[in-house]
Amino acid sequence: MKLLWFHLMPYTELPEDFREKHPSVWVDIDSRLFDPRRAHSMYNEFMDELEHAAELGFHGVCVNEHHSNGYGLMPSPNLIAASLARRTRDAAIVVLGNSLALYNPPTRVAEEMAMIDCISGGRLVAGFPVGTPMDTCYAYGQNPSQIRQRYLEAHDLVVRAWTDPDPFVWNGRFHKLRYVNVWPRPLQLPHPPIWIPGGGSIETWRWCAERDYVYSYLSYFGYKAGLATMRGFWAEMDRLGKDRNPYRAGFLQFVGVAESRAEAMRIYREPAEYFYNRSLHLDPRFASPPGYSSESTIRARVGSQVAQAAARQASGEGALAQDFASIVERGYVIVGSPDEVADQLRRVATELNVGHLMLLLQFGNMNRELTLANSELFARRVMPQLADLFDDRFEDRWWPRPVPREERAAPRELAR
Amino acid sequence: MSELQERSVRVGGERCRVWEKGRGAPLGFLGGLRGLPRWTPFLDRLAERRRVVAPSLPGFPGALGHDRLDDVPDWIAATLDLLEASGLEGADLVAASVGATLAAEVAAFSHATLRRLVLIAPLGLFDEREPVADLWAQRASELPSLLSARPDRLEAALAPPEGEDPGEFALSLHRASEAAARLLWPLADLGLAKRLHRIRTPTLLVWGSEDRVVPPSYAKRFASAVSGWVELRQIDGAGHTAEIDAPDAVAEATLSFLAGPGVQAR
Repeated sequence: MKLLWFHLMPYTELPEDFREKHPSVWVDIDSRLFDPRRAHSMYNEFMDELEHAAELGFHGVCVNEHHSNGYGLMPSPNLIAASLARRTRDAAIVVLGNSLALYNPPTRVAEEMAMIDCISGGRLVAGFPVGTPMDTCYAYGQNPSQIRQRYLEAHDLVVRAWTDPDPFVWNGRFHKLRYVNVWPRPLQLPHPPIWIPGGGSIETWRWCAERDYVYSYLSYFGYKAGLATMRGFWAEMDRLGKDRNPYRAGFLQFVGVAESRAEAMRIYREPAEYFYNRSLHLDPRFASPPGYSSESTIRARVGSQVAQAAARQASGEGALAQDFASIVERGYVIVGSPDEVADQLRRVATELNVGHLMLLLQFGNMNRELTLANSELFARRVMPQLADLFDDRFEDRWWPRPVPREERAAPRELAR
Repeated sequence: MSELQERSVRVGGERCRVWEKGRGAPLGFLGGLRGLPRWTPFLDRLAERRRVVAPSLPGFPGALGHDRLDDVPDWIAATLDLLEASGLEGADLVAASVGATLAAEVAAFSHATLRRLVLIAPLGLFDEREPVADLWAQRASELPSLLSARPDRLEAALAPPEGEDPGEFALSLHRASEAAARLLWPLADLGLAKRLHRIRTPTLLVWGSEDRVVPPSYAKRFASAVSGWVELRQIDGAGHTAEIDAPDAVAEATLSFLAGPGVQAR
């Protein structure tokens, strides 16, 4: 299986009374809480951590896109990915991804991703999320009733821009372009693998199956909450006659490894509670603009995970776990010794049937020292126990196909 | 007074419900942010004197098709289609909130379409110094008192009628909310300010004194920009949903304006 190191790049110094004093971590978060001098350090540490993960042998490093958000400092994940393309050698660069409907013209995404694919020698995974309501409808002002139609058109345009060798006219419903002719072109043919980060909508599952894309369920609520969604996904694949190749799917899991479970319970408490109390402090006002969820999704009562979190928060019933014991008990975060974590993750990967496991080994306000220790323990003592899973039976057809290592360009010092 | 009649007309291939009640010269009605999920006391007052014809705009209860409308010209064309198909060409028209926005657009685009116009708290303008409320970033529990100064009356207007499936009814209200957002997102500023001078139809502007969505001061902005005869009527104690909060007062103002003499273009 593939084990990927995912960074959300959270602002790590939200005040202790953030929950009480501020309505939301997203959209209208108080910009006076942002200290650019501290962010200078954070960005550099976070980028060190991603590069370190690649060196440790994680199969891929993942970045994503958020706007006006106190737990995601990457409005443009492509900037970080470009740096990673230079500073890493073998790891896949998984951009999860660019919210297509936000870019006008969407060919901007085709161009930037083609650049990253060329710079990295063909290591890019192109992720195309619709994007959360907070990012797209509120921070970026997109019309919730149009966003899916715009997203699908932008997708069709980007894929054609990557694959049609001739300049073409795009006379779309939302975009009119007389000359589409993306230059540079992606290195991978016909185009980089496409992964779709999504919630639990049946339309998304069907679309991934139809287009043969990876469906990535990026949940902050762990494997127990994710089980129902992934079962739904696989039941839909069965109905559509698709095989149960686990590499059709990706899943996100928070993990904390230590020498013993007792120690893990001690050292990961603070960053986990920081994340679930401060980073996920969402104002439900921004969770469900009308039209963002399709009618069939509403009928199926499968709201987005964020809407669910906000609803839980609003109702106070079945509220989001905020103390570490409940966070661990509900499976939001898997903690333990290397063997315990390996056992649990094997069960998670098998039960959810997920071949691309994305790990959040830095979360909340976890400092550099603990992040590096967590990553190293995972790489040395968990990864070897899991890496072979699935590979005897399934092929990962959704992984980048870079140029051979010996032909790959690398940064060179030119100073004499 | 006659019974409520239902028929349907086609707009862009979709069926749109038309409700009708009363006798006499036709008086059109376009509903507000939730459309017309059920018949209201306000329309009963109007139907005592006129034949009220209430067609549903695309996406509002009784009609689908909002998802094919992408921009303001699409919505204006659909509104014109709907008014014509419902037999309201050249008729008087009463319209509330989002319906009033489209009625104002129609009056700006086509002088021949309407005889007299009653606009209840139209959206469509935006002044940063006194911004229109964000209708789509509200906690559900706070929405009724934002929209209405009489939330009990709003609740009654949005309650599923007996015999109707509550789930489908709720979905129809959600769809209405989406349709309104599709037209108005994110600021409800459609550029109407650039077209208001083209309105020559004699117009009554009705505004609830307690409107928390579009501040009552917008009435003057609106009135000063149109070219035709315009009257202002503030309804004390009513919110944005003035025709629901104060049905008798708004109906009285409407009927006396429509029956009034001597309206001339200024």
